Amino acid sequence: MDAIKAEALEKRFATTVALDKVSFTIDQGELFGFIGPDGGGKTTLFRILVSLLTPDAGRAQVLGFDVVRDYRALRLRVGYMAGRFSLYPDLSVEENLTFFASVFGTTVEREYAQIEPIYAQLEPFRNRHAGALSGGMKQKLALCCALVHRPDVLFLDEPTTGVDAVSRREFWDLLGVLKQGGLTTVVSTPYMDEATRCDRVALMHRGKLLGLDAPSGIIAAFDRPLLGVHAAQRYKALLALRTYEHAQSAYPFGDVLHYTDARTDLPAEAIGADIKRFLDASGFSDASVEPLTPTVEDSFIARTESDPGSRTPDPGRLQ
Amino acid sequence: MTALGGLLRKEWFHIRRDRRTATVLIALPVVQVLLFGYAIRTDVDNVRLAVVDPAPDAQTISLRNRFAAADVFRTVAVVPRITDLDPLFESGAAQQAIVFYPGFSRDLGRGEPAKLLIITDATEPNTGSLLQSYAQAVVNQWVGGASRAGGAGGGVRIVPQVRMRFNPTRESKNLFVPGLMAFVLTIISSMMTAISLTREKETGTMEALLVSPLRPWQIIVGKVTPYLAIGFVSVVLVIVEALLVFHVPLRGSVPLLLVEGALYILVSLSLGILISARTSSQRVAMMFALLGTMLPNILLSGFIFPLESMPSALQAISYVVPGRWFVTIARGIMLKGIGFEYVWRETLFLAAMAAVLLAASVRSFNERLE
Amino acid sequence: MSDLAIQVKDLTRRFGDFIAVDRISFEVKEGEVFGFLGANGAGKTTAIRMLIGLLQPTGGSARVAGYDVATQAEQVKRSIGYMSQRFSLYEDLTPRENIRLYGGIYGLTREQIRTRTAQMLDRLGISSVADTAVRSLPLGWRQKLAFSVALVHQPRIVFLDEPTSGVDPITRRQFWELIYDAAANGTTVLVTTHYMDEAEYCDRISIMVAGRIAAMGAPMQLKRDSQVASIDELFVQLARPDGPTRPTRPSSPSGEGSR
Repeated sequence: MDAIKAEALEKRFATTVALDKVSFTIDQGELFGFIGPDGGGKTTLFRILVSLLTPDAGRAQVLGFDVVRDYRALRLRVGYMAGRFSLYPDLSVEENLTFFASVFGTTVEREYAQIEPIYAQLEPFRNRHAGALSGGMKQKLALCCALVHRPDVLFLDEPTTGVDAVSRREFWDLLGVLKQGGLTTVVSTPYMDEATRCDRVALMHRGKLLGLDAPSGIIAAFDRPLLGVHAAQRYKALLALRTYEHAQSAYPFGDVLHYTDARTDLPAEAIGADIKRFLDASGFSDASVEPLTPTVEDSFIARTESDPGSRTPDPGRLQ
Repeated sequence: MTALGGLLRKEWFHIRRDRRTATVLIALPVVQVLLFGYAIRTDVDNVRLAVVDPAPDAQTISLRNRFAAADVFRTVAVVPRITDLDPLFESGAAQQAIVFYPGFSRDLGRGEPAKLLIITDATEPNTGSLLQSYAQAVVNQWVGGASRAGGAGGGVRIVPQVRMRFNPTRESKNLFVPGLMAFVLTIISSMMTAISLTREKETGTMEALLVSPLRPWQIIVGKVTPYLAIGFVSVVLVIVEALLVFHVPLRGSVPLLLVEGALYILVSLSLGILISARTSSQRVAMMFALLGTMLPNILLSGFIFPLESMPSALQAISYVVPGRWFVTIARGIMLKGIGFEYVWRETLFLAAMAAVLLAASVRSFNERLE
Repeated sequence: MSDLAIQVKDLTRRFGDFIAVDRISFEVKEGEVFGFLGANGAGKTTAIRMLIGLLQPTGGSARVAGYDVATQAEQVKRSIGYMSQRFSLYEDLTPRENIRLYGGIYGLTREQIRTRTAQMLDRLGISSVADTAVRSLPLGWRQKLAFSVALVHQPRIVFLDEPTSGVDPITRRQFWELIYDAAANGTTVLVTTHYMDEAEYCDRISIMVAGRIAAMGAPMQLKRDSQVASIDELFVQLARPDGPTRPTRPSSPSGEGSR
């Protein structure tokens, strides 16, 4: 059985379209990621799936429960971690956990095995008020509270946003451990690099799904060669590249420039040679060019570029 | 632990750890009663009495002395003409006056009714009639004494004249303080519950509570109960204050008064919960709580302005102001010493109000975010 | 020979027994883009608050735009721009109104505000929505507008606190182009971010761990010295020297590390 099934979900707020005919299925035991920036509709989607909002059109089922009709039964079986920290800052770690356990009619002791891998990291701060924890710790506590009643599906809305890179890694390690226990987990995140930690991902932008596949599939669908350019004067080289007559796109990615060409028929090496020549002629003699494997972020950029309706219009390039 | 137990425990932590709010909850009613209470003047002692005695003689002086001897009265002026009274009343120097008609002593001696005019400043009809009956009592005592002594065969015919002037603060403290108690308890109670639910909505913890087995009634009971306990402490403190600081008597049953106080708190809390069930902003909730409790209670509970002198439309509206019922109950128990058999109607009204408000809260509690 | 925009020497901040910032020292040259990195709870936010004049140091010293942050906080505030992650623009005002508001706050004349407004709207290309409430604009536009507004009074230094958090990949990069542009005009930029690839866009970076600066230098240099392929890996190495489960500092009374 599908753990989650959504059919043509639509949702508007005043004049904004938050969800635009979103459909997908998620299998049991999957670690599924919704990847995309803020304002994409991820939070709205999650709220509909846990029955906090109703869709304007379309249907969704979670664990066989209709999210509108069967919301009472649904709320017993899902675990939910809201987008912002929604635990009690003036209660301690232990008190928060005990409270959420009691609300679901259970106790921390009874469910300890389920939360053990995470709680082990929180344990030294049992008596600390939740408000005094760092961002990474707060998220781990929120995860514990969402899990303590042994849900069948876990919804985590941007659990790693605003958390530092190291805590983010640890969090995803924990999700990997949970997955081994067979838990279906649905996560949303704006960090594109986290996509590779999921079984499958859906790219979400402005209320639409731009792609749904395993990360490798998303990457494989990249429709043209990707080249990486190293140059000492990165910014100037970037601007120069954009003026090249066959340039499709040029974006900085850390210390490398990612370049795609408008000519889809040429192989990577040929394009690379052309670029190198162009850069030499433009005064960037130290530039080096090599083919690259695209990342999910490259795919996201390519898809938002090619879908004019979903892309934020470019308010002004600079000279 | 049950879900409700867990909720109550959590609320207890919140209240205990938020020192500032807890202090306000308990201390504010006490402070308010003190401030408001002392702002009114206790007028039934020290009644300022003016005397018009055109022809003082043994009889008039005897009656005047009787008034002077009574604790309640304080003679502030003795004047020869009745017209001299006007400036005294206008300035408030005198609250009451006794006027000896010419020939008072002669009529008394002849065994014919002697005329005595009692003028009472009674803008507030309750005080007015009180002052009047005090004055009449002094005269009757004097007459009784005089008949025993062999004079005043015809008795004294007392002509009461009540003079109205607008002056609303002239209210007996005994009548005022119970009303004040109702007023302050209402505001705090409804404000606190209004804020606490909306705070959960604003911080986002409500989302977590909603996606759980918790039902609206559990969440509501979980919020009301701890504040009921705190409100009860306020009730006790405020009653003690009334007794010790303002010397308001407590002639009736203390347990009954406490129970009625608790019931009244419950009504206020329920109103607060209803307000917060329907708003999602703490600021808006607080505004509605204040407007919905302060104005009606000042105007329509009978606490400052007597209900009997209001147009019937307003009197009808006052039926739904909880303060009105509690003021009646509290005055009855404290001042008249009456028991449950006399206040059961008012109690029923309060109980019904609490039930209706709580039911309405549960029904209008939104189980979703929009 | 460039002036030093920011000079920090042994800057310290204690909260009771807790040392949030532990004798940090660094310098930022004018026109530099300096990345100020660190885990939640490492002391970044506290350090920045001291530099922008919002918090008094308990030890050491710092000079920003030539003013001492401890004794000349007001002058510091007037000379810098600041874009906070949590709040930047008034949502129910329009871009034009926001620019006018902040222009007024920083003492620009009406004429200057008029000129700057036209410049900014034009450069950002949002003239068409200049009179729409900020609330209705997409996040990326808002962040870019907020950045411009932080520069409305053309300060010498601008502090950006996680300016691209949650923004889509294309707009993120456009934002950094705005940063480069400002730097090319001589504005010094001190920026914090959780996106490690953005660290690479900076001229120099520092990484704070447990209140101290654990690494500082040009990204290229740092990677070479520690023999890592990315700043991300360097970060992990520094923040968790004993392995993945050892926490840095999970608590702080200053509210450090709250989201």
